[in-house]
Amino acid sequence: MSQKLLLDKAHVEGIRTYDVYRREGGYRAVEKAIKMGPEAIVEEVKKSGLRGRGGAGFPAGMKWSFIAKPEGVPRHLVCNADESEPGTFKDRYLMEFLPHLLIEGLIVSSFALGSNATYIYIRGEYAWIVDILEHAIEEARAHNFVGKNILGSGFDCEIYVHRGAGAYICGEETALIESLEGKRGNPRIKPPFPAIQGVWLRPTVVNNVETLAAVVPIINMGGEEYAKIGVGKSTGTKLMSACGNINKPGVYEIDMTISVEEFIYSDEYCGGIPNGKRLKACIPGGSSVPILPANLLLKTAKGETRYMNYESLSDGGFATGSMMGSGGFIVLDEDQCVVKNTYTFARFYRHESCGQCSPCREGTGWMEKLLLRLENGAGKLSDIDLLWDIQRKIEGNTICPLGDAAAWPVAAAIRHFRDEFEWHVFHPDEAVKRNYGLAHYADAIHVPATV
Amino acid sequence: MAEQQLFKVTIDNITIEVPSGTTILNAARKIGGDVAPPAMCYYSKLQGSGGKCRTCLVEVSKGSEKDPRPMPKLVASCRTTVMDGMEVKNITSPKVLDARAGVVEFLLLNHPLDCPICDQAGECHLQDLSYDHGKEGTRYEFQRRTFKKHDIGPYIQLHMTRCILCYRCVYVADQLTNKREHGILDRGDHSEIATMIEKSLENDFIGNVIDVCPVGALTDRTFRFKNRVWFLKPMDAHRNCPTCSGKVTLWNRGDEVFRVTARKDEWGEVESLEDGKPAWICNTCRFDKKHTNDWVIEGPRMINRQSVISAGHYQGNVGLNKPTEIFEAVHSGRHPKVMLDIHSVSEVNKPDIELSLIEGPAHSTDFNSNKD
Repeated sequence: MSQKLLLDKAHVEGIRTYDVYRREGGYRAVEKAIKMGPEAIVEEVKKSGLRGRGGAGFPAGMKWSFIAKPEGVPRHLVCNADESEPGTFKDRYLMEFLPHLLIEGLIVSSFALGSNATYIYIRGEYAWIVDILEHAIEEARAHNFVGKNILGSGFDCEIYVHRGAGAYICGEETALIESLEGKRGNPRIKPPFPAIQGVWLRPTVVNNVETLAAVVPIINMGGEEYAKIGVGKSTGTKLMSACGNINKPGVYEIDMTISVEEFIYSDEYCGGIPNGKRLKACIPGGSSVPILPANLLLKTAKGETRYMNYESLSDGGFATGSMMGSGGFIVLDEDQCVVKNTYTFARFYRHESCGQCSPCREGTGWMEKLLLRLENGAGKLSDIDLLWDIQRKIEGNTICPLGDAAAWPVAAAIRHFRDEFEWHVFHPDEAVKRNYGLAHYADAIHVPATV
Repeated sequence: MAEQQLFKVTIDNITIEVPSGTTILNAARKIGGDVAPPAMCYYSKLQGSGGKCRTCLVEVSKGSEKDPRPMPKLVASCRTTVMDGMEVKNITSPKVLDARAGVVEFLLLNHPLDCPICDQAGECHLQDLSYDHGKEGTRYEFQRRTFKKHDIGPYIQLHMTRCILCYRCVYVADQLTNKREHGILDRGDHSEIATMIEKSLENDFIGNVIDVCPVGALTDRTFRFKNRVWFLKPMDAHRNCPTCSGKVTLWNRGDEVFRVTARKDEWGEVESLEDGKPAWICNTCRFDKKHTNDWVIEGPRMINRQSVISAGHYQGNVGLNKPTEIFEAVHSGRHPKVMLDIHSVSEVNKPDIELSLIEGPAHSTDFNSNKD
């Protein structure tokens, strides 16, 4: 049983209320942090090696130290709860069952960054969670953890919950800021980065829900102690939201030392694949990261075991690796069609593209149409090369990472599952009736001996 | 005031010194010629414009003197400022040319390519762009996205199917008028420029959206289908206007004024006045003063020699004499009425047939089936 830092109290009866949360040792981090002072908190977070849990994995302490501190200009902390990545639902779990953990993390972080007005930008679909959060904020206010003069320190912090209107793009930090300002959620062109000019052109830090919640154990146990959990640059624990063809879908807290194989097959986590089916492919970090076939998922191209952490999952780059992403672990068994899966993602990205820059606006729709044609058995062999060319021209040429996120799944699917695409072209009638099956995707990869 | 710092920047092996804070695009425009990246959405006179169309992508092969690392991705030159010692590759980088060809293809994906019946033809930035950087043919085999035409106000028609969503008209309304009444609705490939509920745009300066539109999405209703730009003679003129500078370009045929636009420089942008402010013109000048009597004519307007507009020469006292009509001579005495008012006469170009709604190229059968 690995160590749990975020979800250890998740199953305590009534943990959603202030009284139980406080009895279980909650809000100790705020008391401790106020004695430490802002610089020391940032220092602890830096020492902890905490990486952003929203997808990019940028070190949180570094992000905090970039924030500009001009005289007389207020600074803001924004919590990115616009969790819309297909396959990711860890923040929902965290906010729904442990709202006070997030609020505690927010207060500590706001104190460290000097933000007197902190925002939680939550996706509109999480309507009921808004009520939970607002109730929790009121409870915390009644005990002087939110509002004026927190615990007599002279620090004021107000937390506002702001509902989005249902747009994936508003999870991108600058689009989120635009939306928070009440404008159309178009990503801004960077630079300037939010740390210099964010909400209302004030210095702003935008962090994921899980990142901010992880600040609480870091303060409680100390940054160095936190950094001892995990391996290398993947410190601490990570929430994984597992779904797809597994026996036990759900949110799991892992300490990043377990192997991918253990995560999928052990009873502590996903519990294996139902009905005795075999593993075909997996998208380890939410829809926008590259899909991997079973053989490359369990072992790297060098033949080493792949572990559930940032470095190991991205071992081999995009040629033979993937990414940790936001932790939306989607498992596909041998009955699933990769072409259909890719089409579903392409449809999602076409629908969610903001339409600001041309490669993403036009390219995502084109890819969707081509994939639908391939899926329906009406495709041509040249469509596969065309898809490759389109994704290549989108990737890296857009304002925000949505273009990349739309291009990577298509690229990886063609890279690893090209014969399945070709099978759809050559056997159009069969492709409509049945799936390609496991084929050779779980066969061991020959590793040439190193010289 | 301290002397403004000059940065040395090398674009396509040509070195130039520009003040700090200049964008790569503007530095390249100082060099001019092919080195200047094309820009569909950037408009130097509109704050905040640019970065959207991605045609101006360039490769930065050396970040600066201090930090010589190259930038990992292609950058939008219109929104990236130069650093001292920066080295930029535009037309010398195959990566840039490839990406640009891709962007042109994306821009043309849903464009109706109805240039033969589009008022913007001849002065369309997208036309120029696709001739310069595009590939012949398209690989797109699906139905194109279409929208209905809208008359937004008495003067402007919005043909959304042609739009490339550069946002320039949105910035114009933001920055020239008190209250913006149109914007972008929806998102992704179905996003459109629209007024919320069929309102009309009536601000005094809203006519400028026609000038900034790089394609034929916003057209002048007083000029619509009246003439082709290359049959007209552009002429600089001015009048005493109480609301604007009154410095315009008249587009004449003989002494008949077909349309009035702002004066545009070589980048297709509105020229600046002596005080550095852009010479936007008001609706009165643009739509109501269509008589040579209203204007003091200064002389012929210089147009880029490559432009098709320069091709229409005619003899005599330019702007005062109507060109000799040669149709009758060519048609041995007959006077076919198809050349200029084609839309009221021709059977083929029935205005009730929307070419952009027809899947694939229009064919004679499309018109026959409509007849009965």
